[in-house]
Amino acid sequence: MKHTITPEQARLHAYADGQLDPENSLALETELAQDPEAREQVDRYQEMNELLRHYFDPVLDEPVPPTLLVNRSRPAGWSFITQMAAAALLLAVGLFGGFYLGIHSDLTPQLAAEDAEHVVGEVVMAYSVYTPEVNHPVEVSGDQRAHLVNWLSKRMGRNIVAPSLDGLDMKLLGGRLLASDDGPGALLMYENPQGQRVVIYACLSDEKSSAFHYAQQQGVSVYYWVDNEVVYAIAGEISRDRLLPIAQSSYDQMIF
Amino acid sequence: MTTRQSTFSAGLIENIPHLRRYARSLTRDVQQSDDLVQDCLDRAWSRMSQWRDDTNLRTWLFTIMHNLYVNGVRRSKRQGGWDDYDPHHTPDPRQTGQESMIQMRDLELALSKLSDDQREILMLVCVEGLRYEAVAEILGIPQGTVMSRLHRARDALRRTLEGGEPMKLRRIK
Repeated sequence: MKHTITPEQARLHAYADGQLDPENSLALETELAQDPEAREQVDRYQEMNELLRHYFDPVLDEPVPPTLLVNRSRPAGWSFITQMAAAALLLAVGLFGGFYLGIHSDLTPQLAAEDAEHVVGEVVMAYSVYTPEVNHPVEVSGDQRAHLVNWLSKRMGRNIVAPSLDGLDMKLLGGRLLASDDGPGALLMYENPQGQRVVIYACLSDEKSSAFHYAQQQGVSVYYWVDNEVVYAIAGEISRDRLLPIAQSSYDQMIF
Repeated sequence: MTTRQSTFSAGLIENIPHLRRYARSLTRDVQQSDDLVQDCLDRAWSRMSQWRDDTNLRTWLFTIMHNLYVNGVRRSKRQGGWDDYDPHHTPDPRQTGQESMIQMRDLELALSKLSDDQREILMLVCVEGLRYEAVAEILGIPQGTVMSRLHRARDALRRTLEGGEPMKLRRIK
């Protein structure tokens, strides 16, 4: 079975799929302006991509059947839930529509729905207000990490940790104290070399602990959880997939 | 657990939703697709030593799943797959919003008219957004074939969506 495709056609596909390098992509864009037929072709490809994703994407949000989380190649009783994987599991499990394994449900009461929305709203607000700041994004800068952490912990009455995210290319810019509806709140801000910022927000909660959750509001992705009566939320204007490792690493460093 | 094991298990967990989405497109049946995912994860665990840190875990997992599907499910076509698609059924409400129900039904119908090869390439490129090199690796075909197969698949999907005569797949040898 031999089918050929011309290099011109192949370029259109690659362009529609975002797989051309910037230089070629730019050159093709100029050509497309002169070639309505090719332009339409590209538009159709992209529309079909969107349609297919619209159809299949909801599978990503379905709860994962617990059986899939068991490593069957191990003797009975072994599962993904072993020591170091536990945190990752809680996290992964929380992603899928608040589903979690029965064995964890006693330990990790779910956040009440309105409580959760509240936290998401607060962190998205804090993100939107402070991250665009050029000159004063933070009150205490990241090079005074110890001072920052002590100050925030003292005001919060809880031990606050500023996780190190250098491995993920996110540098601590610093932090500030906020007034949340439930008393003092702490905001930490991180930035990567491209200038992309994410914030970690912490405030007091009535809950003791919770599973890991994901939410999105106004284009801002948020992961949040409660640990030891403090609710933590991590927010950024990046995709869920890209925020996940940052959230995961913070979670690992912040729970005790 | 070693660091490598925990990285590996975290990677598997992270990829499960993507594997489920891909499997769903292959089998169209929730139960069958989760069986396929389960087989894929079992295989991945048993071959963990063969996974090299510098290879993309998702590509590696998708390769395993593709091979399992080609060697197993596809060989013994089971009930409920795309071949048994009933154009009069109601699309899975979890996969659609009310307003786009008709559009989704058209899409399902169009997908049911494609070959397995064509559906697979559309999933990997259009839905999963994988690089063509990775798709070639997963399917075990040259990149040129990826391009021509993609071209035909999009052409076929476009034609059926536009309500033209549903394209009968011809095998040109």
